[in-house]
Amino acid sequence: MSQTLPALGQIAVLVVALAVAVPFLGRLLAHVYTSERHWRVESAAYRVLRLDPDADQHWRVYALSVLAFSMVGVFAVYAIARLQPHLPASIGMASFPADGAWNTAVSFVTNTNWQWYSGESAAGNLLQASGLAVQNFVSAAVGLCVAAALARGLARQRAGGRVGNFWADLTRTCVRVLLPGAFVAALVLVALGVVQNLAGARTITTLDGGSQSLPGGPIASQEAIKQLGTNGGGPYNANSAHPFENPTPLSDLFAVFLMLVLPFAMAWAFGLIVRDRRQGGVVIAVMTALLGTSIGLLTWAEMAGHGTAPQLAGAAMEGKEVRFGEAASALFAAATTGTSTGAVNATHDSLTAAGGGLAMFNMMLGEIAPGGTGSGLYGMLMLAVVTVFIAGLMVGRTPEYLGKKIGQREMMLVAGYVLATPVLVLAGIAVAITAKDGLAGLQESGPHGLSEALYAVTSASNNNGSAFGGLTSGTPFWNTLLGLLMLFGRFLPIVLVLALAGRFAAARTLPAGPGTLPTHRPLFAVLLGGVALVLVGLTYVPVLSLGPIAEALS
Amino acid sequence: MKDLLALARFSVAGLKMMVAATLLLGVAYPLAVTGVAHLALPWHAEGSLLTAAGAHTDSTDDAVGSALIGQAVTGPRAAGLFLPRPSAAGDGYDALASAGSNLGPESPDLEQAIRDRRAEVAKREGVDPAAVPPDALTASASGLDPQISPAYAALQVPRVAQASGLSQEQVRALVQRHTSGRTWGTLGEPRVDVLRLNIDVLQAERGR
Repeated sequence: MSQTLPALGQIAVLVVALAVAVPFLGRLLAHVYTSERHWRVESAAYRVLRLDPDADQHWRVYALSVLAFSMVGVFAVYAIARLQPHLPASIGMASFPADGAWNTAVSFVTNTNWQWYSGESAAGNLLQASGLAVQNFVSAAVGLCVAAALARGLARQRAGGRVGNFWADLTRTCVRVLLPGAFVAALVLVALGVVQNLAGARTITTLDGGSQSLPGGPIASQEAIKQLGTNGGGPYNANSAHPFENPTPLSDLFAVFLMLVLPFAMAWAFGLIVRDRRQGGVVIAVMTALLGTSIGLLTWAEMAGHGTAPQLAGAAMEGKEVRFGEAASALFAAATTGTSTGAVNATHDSLTAAGGGLAMFNMMLGEIAPGGTGSGLYGMLMLAVVTVFIAGLMVGRTPEYLGKKIGQREMMLVAGYVLATPVLVLAGIAVAITAKDGLAGLQESGPHGLSEALYAVTSASNNNGSAFGGLTSGTPFWNTLLGLLMLFGRFLPIVLVLALAGRFAAARTLPAGPGTLPTHRPLFAVLLGGVALVLVGLTYVPVLSLGPIAEALS
Repeated sequence: MKDLLALARFSVAGLKMMVAATLLLGVAYPLAVTGVAHLALPWHAEGSLLTAAGAHTDSTDDAVGSALIGQAVTGPRAAGLFLPRPSAAGDGYDALASAGSNLGPESPDLEQAIRDRRAEVAKREGVDPAAVPPDALTASASGLDPQISPAYAALQVPRVAQASGLSQEQVRALVQRHTSGRTWGTLGEPRVDVLRLNIDVLQAERGR
């Protein structure tokens, strides 16, 4: 009982903070993606860069702009990582190997932030701040832009497939939302103890005469956008378990708040953009129900501490920090895998079998509870289309969503979206456990070994970035495989979402008839949640039963 | 083909945008945060360093450690100091190699490590092996955990008192001083700051 109340209390604090911030940020986001007016600084930037921010782009142009911008990002990070020793502010760090630079470049551009390297001994301040942290901003912005394009597509009619202007969306997201948010968050983090300097490692003589080298770096500035942009790539190896990244229980809860706030706010903004707040409300309700269930189960799993080692030690404290304990570690694990963040404040490899399995399940849901910035919303909307389609089949009517008829073409795009990630995960795990180089990376054998590989391919394909850290992934095999999974796992869905947005924007909006399934009612929310769970269940139960389920039952 | 040409054309726009983003988000933003942080909160920004007297310092010259980072206690004075948790960072508390063990719940290696640690701690503190708390038997996630549970601190009081020549009441009072409860009664777990506690133990020993 003395443990349960604080575990519930931290959730109550979180809920209150989100309830205050989400409507405010939702209104801000809706304004950002619908306003015709440019800020003066934005107009100046468009003039200097010679970009036309008012051109209403066809979805193909929008998609190609996203791809081109992301491609440039991959080249930029790759170049900085390879040339690191020759660049300033690299505090003596060596050049990344080719496969490692590829992996890291794709990882940060796709909002995954999978890290094969250990930050404090491999990445200098320039790579961290000017390479990786920039991608933390813009990859988060890309997700929000794509979600905004889909919402606008649904809100428009007969617009000839035009969904907005990517360059304006991108600029506004960075300038009006992410930059001010990250700046304030970074200063709050410094006040809570997070480091922020431009130094390298400095050696001190410890209290009993030994020596210890303390790392430095622009940590708070990166930490803020790492959480706010649901990125998750930390400057240090231990990520948010490192006391310089996450020094107190308060900074920990603040981090959880930051990763959840934009995905929820984007769902709120969706309701405003389609001019029916209840539609956003349904999405938020389903996200909340799935996340709440996951937090509850994960907290129970870690506090119960089943498993041989946790029983032997008296609690599941291996891989957990004393200041967080089981409850705050479980909350963080659920939030980081329910979003596409992937930051960790405890080592997921050492979670109980049930806890690790739940973290994997969260990612397999496609990160929709509440998902990444923007990607959570568009993932949920794709499932909403599947739901109206299935409901339409049951009553024998042509399905429609927000007045848009769901025909064969639309369903092909949605089916492609729903299948893309599972195909990547299952093909990835098949390759990983049949290749000698794949198996060579595993730390453990048996079900837990499979879980290590499964977690990695799931995390990469869903652009999460957290890991069962026992896996030695810094090899050419794993770097290449995971790089491919991250790349396709990000951009296949994005192109399909934008294609659907274009079709919606071109179509007429039908008035709701007597046969229309209302998509703002609790019934629809239940159906949507059910569809999400059934789809994942059917896809992943076989492989989950060989990994975490087998381990939990052993 | 048409799409490839368009992709090339947009890449130019993308490149210009990336340069602008890097200047704003990758240079101006971190420098601005660093500047404000150093004006307003220099001690935090530099890593919360402490001197041997327990005072705040921004310089590594007179620092004995960071209030936030655990350190190995293996020197000649270790018998009279509080010991931290097991660490998987390098050889233990290597702050340039932060890491957990990543051993799974059914790992035979982890089971063995827990058994060994239980025997070792029980022998060192002269207590029943069943009395050793979980955080003394497990490695933290960062390998740099600066804190231990109040239970593990209580377990070490008699040994520290004896080795330092202080009374158990005195040592217990110092532990009390460096124990924090849950934030707002609900966030995190009760914990004891090891470095700050050890600084006070050495101070008290000198003043005795």
